[in-house]
Amino acid sequence: MAAISKRLGALSVFSLLAGWAGTAGAEMALNFPEPAAGVAQEIYDIHMLTSAIATVLLVIIFAFVGYSLYYHRKSRGYRADQRFHETWFGQWSWIIVPILVLGIDLTIAGSAQKTLEKVWEVPKGEDLLDVKVIGHQWWWEYEYLDHSVEIDGKPKPVRVESRYLPEDQAGEDTAGYLRAVDNPLVLPVGKKVRFLHTSADVLHAFWVPELAVKKDAIPGYVTETWVDLTREGRFSGQCAELCGTWHSRMPIEVEVVAEAKFKAWMEGQKQTMLAAAAEAAMDKDWTMEELMEKGRANYNTKCASCHQINGKGLPPAFPALTGGAIVTGPIPAHLDIVLNGKAGTAMVAWNTLTDLELASIITYERNAWGNDTGDLVQPRDIKAARTLAVK
Amino acid sequence: MSTATIDLEHHGEHEHHGPPKGLKRWLFSTNHKDIGTMYLIFAFTMLFAGGLSAMAIRVELFLPGLQLLEPDLYNNLVTNHALIMIFGAVMPAAAGLANWMIPLMIGAPDMALPRLNNLSFWILPAAATMLILSFIVPFFPGGGTQINTGWTIYPPLSVQVGMSMDFLIFALHMLGISSVLASINIIVTIFNMRVPNMTMMRMPIFVWTWLVTAFLLILVIPVLAGGITMLLFDRHFGTSFFNAAGGGDPVLFQHLFWFFGHPEVYILILPSMGVLASVVPTFSRKPLFGYSSLVGAMIAIMIIGMVVWAHHQYTIGMSLGAVSYFMIGTIIISIPVGLMVFNYIATMWRGAMTFETPMLFAIGILLMFSFGGLTGIMLAVVPADMQYHDSMFVVAHFHYVLMPGAVFGLFAGVFYWLPKWTGHMYDEKLAKLFFWINVISFNITFFPQHFIGLAGMPRRIVDYHAMFTEFNVISSIGGIVFGLSHLLLLYIVIKTVRGGKQAENKAWEGAKGLEWELPSPPPFHSWTTPPKLAAS
Ligand code: HEC
Ligand SMILES: [Cu+2]
Repeated sequence: MAAISKRLGALSVFSLLAGWAGTAGAEMALNFPEPAAGVAQEIYDIHMLTSAIATVLLVIIFAFVGYSLYYHRKSRGYRADQRFHETWFGQWSWIIVPILVLGIDLTIAGSAQKTLEKVWEVPKGEDLLDVKVIGHQWWWEYEYLDHSVEIDGKPKPVRVESRYLPEDQAGEDTAGYLRAVDNPLVLPVGKKVRFLHTSADVLHAFWVPELAVKKDAIPGYVTETWVDLTREGRFSGQCAELCGTWHSRMPIEVEVVAEAKFKAWMEGQKQTMLAAAAEAAMDKDWTMEELMEKGRANYNTKCASCHQINGKGLPPAFPALTGGAIVTGPIPAHLDIVLNGKAGTAMVAWNTLTDLELASIITYERNAWGNDTGDLVQPRDIKAARTLAVK
Repeated sequence: MSTATIDLEHHGEHEHHGPPKGLKRWLFSTNHKDIGTMYLIFAFTMLFAGGLSAMAIRVELFLPGLQLLEPDLYNNLVTNHALIMIFGAVMPAAAGLANWMIPLMIGAPDMALPRLNNLSFWILPAAATMLILSFIVPFFPGGGTQINTGWTIYPPLSVQVGMSMDFLIFALHMLGISSVLASINIIVTIFNMRVPNMTMMRMPIFVWTWLVTAFLLILVIPVLAGGITMLLFDRHFGTSFFNAAGGGDPVLFQHLFWFFGHPEVYILILPSMGVLASVVPTFSRKPLFGYSSLVGAMIAIMIIGMVVWAHHQYTIGMSLGAVSYFMIGTIIISIPVGLMVFNYIATMWRGAMTFETPMLFAIGILLMFSFGGLTGIMLAVVPADMQYHDSMFVVAHFHYVLMPGAVFGLFAGVFYWLPKWTGHMYDEKLAKLFFWINVISFNITFFPQHFIGLAGMPRRIVDYHAMFTEFNVISSIGGIVFGLSHLLLLYIVIKTVRGGKQAENKAWEGAKGLEWELPSPPPFHSWTTPPKLAAS
C-alpha cells in the first residue's frame, strides 16, 4: 500500500485545487492514453471527432437555452409570444429539425463506419502472430499458437499464466498496485497480432486501453481482435466484464519489445516449459518434503485466490479446506473434485495441470494448515485417477 | 389540447361518501388517488434504500484499497442499487403519477379497472420484500453466496450464485407482473375513459407518454420473464439454454436481457418527459410547441428503441454487418429524442418564464439530459465503444440520462402537482435550495466519472489503481452530499402534506388542463360527472 499512501499524502484539499489549476494535472489522466497501435490511433481519432461534434452541439444547446433564460422571462417584462408555433418555423420545424439532426448523424455514422471497417475485421492473407487469450476466474492465460515445443511427441503451444501480484510481492519495477502481474504478455513491436478470445468459466473481457482492444471472453465462443503494434512499452489493462468476487484483481500487462528481445524471451519460455515437462515425466517417488514445497508454490498461485493462502477460504463462496470432509477424507473424492471440478460452481476442472502439479497440490492440501493426514499422493496416482475418469 | 370550456357547475358536488376509515382504506383501495399516493410513498421509500447502497458504493470507492466492503458485498450493492432504483423507485413513482394524474387529466372518475389497480400495487410490497431478501439471505446461516453479477445477471456467473439468485428471479417475475397489469389498466383507461371530445390528439402529452410506456412494458417484460425463467431452469433443472458445454449459448441471455433492457431505458424516461410537457408550458406561459411532432417522436422512439438493443453488447464479437446496423440504428434515435428536446426548448423560447422549482428541474433536465444524450451518441460509435464499453464513462453517461431524464422529471412532477394533491403550496425557498444542492452535487458526482472512464477505469470494480484516485475522491464527496440532499426533499414533502399556504384550484398562473379545474385537493371521487370539453 506504500504507493497509495504516498499518493494520499499529496491529496489534501489544496493539492486537489492545485490539480484543478493544472500543476498536478499531468498526473491526472483525462482522456484515452497515448495509442500504442495503429488501430488504437484510428479509434482515438474517431473518439476525438465525435467528442468535438458533441461538444459543439452541447454549446449550441446551452447557448439557446441561456439566451432564452436571460431574455424570455416574466421578470424582465417579456410578453409571451402566444403565436410562436404558428410562424413558418413553428409550422415546419417538425421536419427541419430531424433533417438537421439526420445530417449530423450521417456525418458521425459515416466516419464511424470508415473507422469500423479499418479496425473491425482481422486483415486476411497477412502474417499475423496468433495469441489465444483465455479468461479464468481470476487470471489470464495466453497461448502463442505459432510457437510450440514438443512434449510427449505432441506440439504444445507456448503458454503463459498471468496472475495478479499482491502489492507486497510486486517489486518496484512493476506496474504498481492492482496492476502488477507475475508473467506479462510479451509481444514484438512492429508486428500484427491477432488475439483469439475465449473463457474457461464465466464472462470476462480483455481490455488494454493503449491498444484500444476490448473483447468479451465467452465460454464456448472464440472471438477475435487484432492490433498492429507501433511502439515499445509496458501497457496495463484489466478485465472489463464483471466476473465475480475478484473481478478487480484481473490485471493485464502487455510488454511490447523489440523483435530480437521477443525471440530471446520466447526461447527462454520454451526451455522453461521443456524443463518442467521433463521433471513432470520423471518416474520417481517424490518425498513428502519435495511435494510439500512444490505443492505450496502451486497452491498459492493457482488455488489461493479462492481458498486463500491459509486454506480458510471465503465461505460461503469458497469453502475452507482446513479440516474439510473432502480434504481430510478418502483420497479418491479429493482427486475427483480437483480433476473434474463441480459444475455450476466456481470450482472448475483442473485436469489441465500436470500429474506432478496435481500430486503436489493435493499432498499439500492434505497436510498443510494442520490437516496432517500424512497422505502422500504421487503423480502416478493422478495418472491412474485420470484413466479412471476417462472410463 | 385540453384547453377547454368546462362546465363548472358539475364537478365537485358528488361527494357521496368519503374514504373508508383505517387500514381498510389502503388495503382494499380501488381509488386512483389513494393508490397513486401509495405508489409514490412506496417509491420514495425505495429511493432511500437504493440511495443507501449507492452511498456505500461511493464510500468504498473514495480511496483505492478495500476499506469498507468485501468484494462480494460490493458487487451485491452494485446489483441491488440498480434493481431497487429501476424497479422499486423510478417505475413505481411514474406509476404513481399515472394513477393520480391520468384520470384527472382525461376527465375520468377513476381508472378503468380499479380492482386490478389494487392488485398491481399490492404485488409490489411483496415483490420488494423478495427483492430485498435476495440481497440479505446470504447473511443468514446456509444462505449461500451473494449476488455478485450486477443487475444484468449474465450467466454463467449467475448460475454460480446461491439461492439468493432464485429469490431475485422470483422478485423480478412479480415486479414484471405488477408492471404489466398496471400497463393494461392504463391502456384501457386511456382508450375508454376520456371525456367526450377529447380525441387522442387532444390528450395531454403526459397521457401520451404513459400510453407509449405501457405498450413498451407489455411488449418487453415478457421477454425478460422468458430469459430469467430459462436461467432458473439452467440453475435447477439441468437445462443448458445458456451453458455452452451443454450446447447452449451464454450470449442468448444477453440478447434477451437487452431486448428488454434497452426499451426499459425509455420506459423510465418517457413518463418524465411527459411531465415536462406540462411543466414547461405552464412556467413559460405559452402553449406547448410541436404537440404532434412530440407524439410522433415518442412513437418513433418506441419503435426504433425496440430494435437497437445489441448496442449494449458491441464487444461480444458480432459481425461487421451486425454492429454497423446496431450503430446506425442507435445513432438514428437521436432524431426523435433531439426533436423532443427541441420542442421543449422552443416552448421556452419567447415565453414569459418564471422559475419555480418544477421549472428549475425542467431546465436542468433539458441541459443535463442533452449532455447525456450526446455521450450516448459517442457510445453508439462502435470503434470508440471498444474503449468506452464497461468503463466508468458508461456509468457517467447513463446517470446523466437516467437521473435528469427520469428521476429529476419525477421530482419536477412531484413539485408541480403537490399543491393539487395536498391542497398546500410547498415551501418554495426550501425547494429551490433542494434543487441547487441536488443538481450541483449530482454533477460533482458524475461529471468526473467521464474522465476516469476514458483514462481506463472499468466499472463495477471494488478497488482501483491509484491513478484514478483524485476523481474518485471528488465523485464520492459529491455522491454523499447528493444522497443526503434527498432528506431535504423528504422534509419538504412532509411539511407540505401537513400544511402550508392553501393552494388554489389552479395552483400555477400559467397552468392549463382539466386537473386544474378541480379543487385542490380534489374530492375523493372526482369527475363523477364528466367535464364538458368543447369540440375543437
Ligand atoms: C475460482 C475459485 C476457485 C479456485 C481458483 C479453486 N477453487 Fe476449489 N472450490 C471452489 C468452490 C466454489 C468450491 C465449492 C464447490 C461446491 O459447491 O461444492 C471449491 C471446492 C474445492 C474442494 C472441495 C472442498 C470441500 O470441502 O467441499 C477442493 C478440495 C478444492 N476446491 C480444491 C481446489 C484446488 C486444489 C484448487 C487449485 C488447483 C482450487 N480448488 C481452486 C472455488 C475455487
Ligand atoms: Cu474477469
